[in-house]
Amino acid sequence: MNPASGNAQAAAFDFPVWFKQTFDIKFEKLLSSLGDTVYMLGWGLIIGAVIGFILALLLVFCRKGGLWQNRVVYAVVNVYVNIVRSMPFIITLVFVFPLTRLIVGKTYGSTAMLVPLVIFISPYLARLMENSLLEVSPGIIEAAQAMGATTWQIITRFMLPEALSSIVLALTTGTVGLLGATAMAGYAGGGGVGDLALTYGYQRYNLPLLILTIVILVLFVQLLQLLGNKISARLRAHR
Amino acid sequence: MIQIEHVSKTFAGGSGDVHALRDVSIRVEKGEIYGIVGFSGAGKSTLLRLVNGLERPDEGSVTVNGQKLAALNKAQLRLLRRKIGMVFQQFNLLEGKTVFANVAIPLKLAGVSREETERRVAEVLRFVELEDKRTAYVSQLSGGQKQRVGIARALATNPEILLCDEATSALDPQTTESILRLLQRVNREMGVTILLITHQMQVIQMICSKVAVMEQGRVVEEGAVLDVFGRPKAEVTRRFVRTVINDRIPEKFVTVVRSETRYQQVELLKFIGDAVQEPLIAQLCRTPGLEVNILGANIQEMQGSVMSVFILQLIGEEALVAAAEERIDAAGALRERLVMDE
Ligand SMILES: Nc1ncnc2c1ncn2[C@@H]1O[C@H](COP(=O)(O)OP(=O)(O)OP(=O)(O)O)[C@@H](O)[C@H]1O
Ligand SMILES: [Mg+2]
Repeated sequence: MNPASGNAQAAAFDFPVWFKQTFDIKFEKLLSSLGDTVYMLGWGLIIGAVIGFILALLLVFCRKGGLWQNRVVYAVVNVYVNIVRSMPFIITLVFVFPLTRLIVGKTYGSTAMLVPLVIFISPYLARLMENSLLEVSPGIIEAAQAMGATTWQIITRFMLPEALSSIVLALTTGTVGLLGATAMAGYAGGGGVGDLALTYGYQRYNLPLLILTIVILVLFVQLLQLLGNKISARLRAHR
Repeated sequence: MIQIEHVSKTFAGGSGDVHALRDVSIRVEKGEIYGIVGFSGAGKSTLLRLVNGLERPDEGSVTVNGQKLAALNKAQLRLLRRKIGMVFQQFNLLEGKTVFANVAIPLKLAGVSREETERRVAEVLRFVELEDKRTAYVSQLSGGQKQRVGIARALATNPEILLCDEATSALDPQTTESILRLLQRVNREMGVTILLITHQMQVIQMICSKVAVMEQGRVVEEGAVLDVFGRPKAEVTRRFVRTVINDRIPEKFVTVVRSETRYQQVELLKFIGDAVQEPLIAQLCRTPGLEVNILGANIQEMQGSVMSVFILQLIGEEALVAAAEERIDAAGALRERLVMDE
């Protein structure tokens, strides 16, 4: 009826405004939440993988018949891994508050959340990587020893290359698990997409925002899995 | 070159201890191809692994190149291992890597320069006749080719000793033969001392100069291959020798032998060397009153020599048969009476 007003509306389409109207938060808020999630996920994964790999090596080498066969070390690591893995993340989170305060100086914010995230994910990654490393045939390790390889060389030149494709899949699985934990960590003060879904979406009965965050998380997981499978397949290409 | 003296090794197993080695002593001289044969579980691999310190003896001593292994620290042991190549039944290669990468590994571990590595890898690949597979992935190779890569890898660091743990057991007979020929060239052209273990007597026959026979953790017989094949003493040795030298009388002849009512002896004769045996057998045949039947005959090549095996049935008066036996012994044949059990 009033063509002029229609034109004006189309010309003035303003994404941030539309976003705020639809989801009841600023677009920047979504971006910074995504940033927080990626931050926690990335660093959690890197630090968790390093610690997890060390634990996995201890599990593989100290077990019966292993290179460093040592019942005490094996038992300690094994029990530690089992205990941490049997604790729900939210319990771990609260439980390590003192440690978090000691290391980071505060118990809120995404950096502080890295402490419980790493403690939570590293035993999980350790178990997965342990399995990957155990897939390496003992014959390969025997051949390495027979060549006069040092333990470090056995790890870096034989076990890692042999297990890498399987380790990538393990890390992918671990990352998906970590993503779930970051949501809870976010809720407890770390920010991120999970936090967005819970505090803004769920508690304020903001259904569109809730759906948006779910879509984002699903896409995220799909993307991670796709990437993990691709890299792993590429590494396995010649066997 | 390798001395193993009074070595014992026991593993604690779930169902009691396993005595893998019991007071074993062997001595391998420089330039030999020394074979150890035995059935599964006899302790062969354990014995072989003593030589490069992958296994440590509970008792006894292992000396390689004048060095007592027990006296070496970890770093010294690693240096020694570079002078001892090892080849495996399951190849134990990095399947996802190229032939070049696999053969280059021991050189990289030893800190050899890139150019030198390139040169040496090319050299050993030429030796094992795989130059054209340099960039192929191991997973794309046949079993025989994989074992050639395994041998090339073991030779890369110019070892003085090569240990082979059932190197041909995963291969078909034809490929086995080509790998054995290759090992023989390694021994002759590179002067590498080879200690190999196998459960196939053909392997011993084809390339070894010395053999030790193992049973239940013990060396039950040892000696030059021709001697052991000629006069096997232990029951296991006889069983192994039988796998290449048929000393059984064909089933059809057994009834013939059993139904013979006259005095008779069945004799297993082995002649070593290229002397012609026909005159002896022809002479025997011409003995009046003596009947000679050939129940079996075969010829084996080993150690660059020939072993001819005959199974003869001698029928006649006891004295005549005894005289024939003397003549056989005088001709230098290894003779034994075969007992026909009813
Ligand atoms: N690490 C180990 N722990 C426990 N038992 C072992 C170990 N290694 C070997 N054995 C046992 O010692 C015995 C000899 O083993 P070894 O591998 O030397 O035999 P082998 O002659 O090489 O047999 P095969 O032909 O099957 O390879 C076997 O009974 C085996 O089970
Ligand atoms: Mg064995």
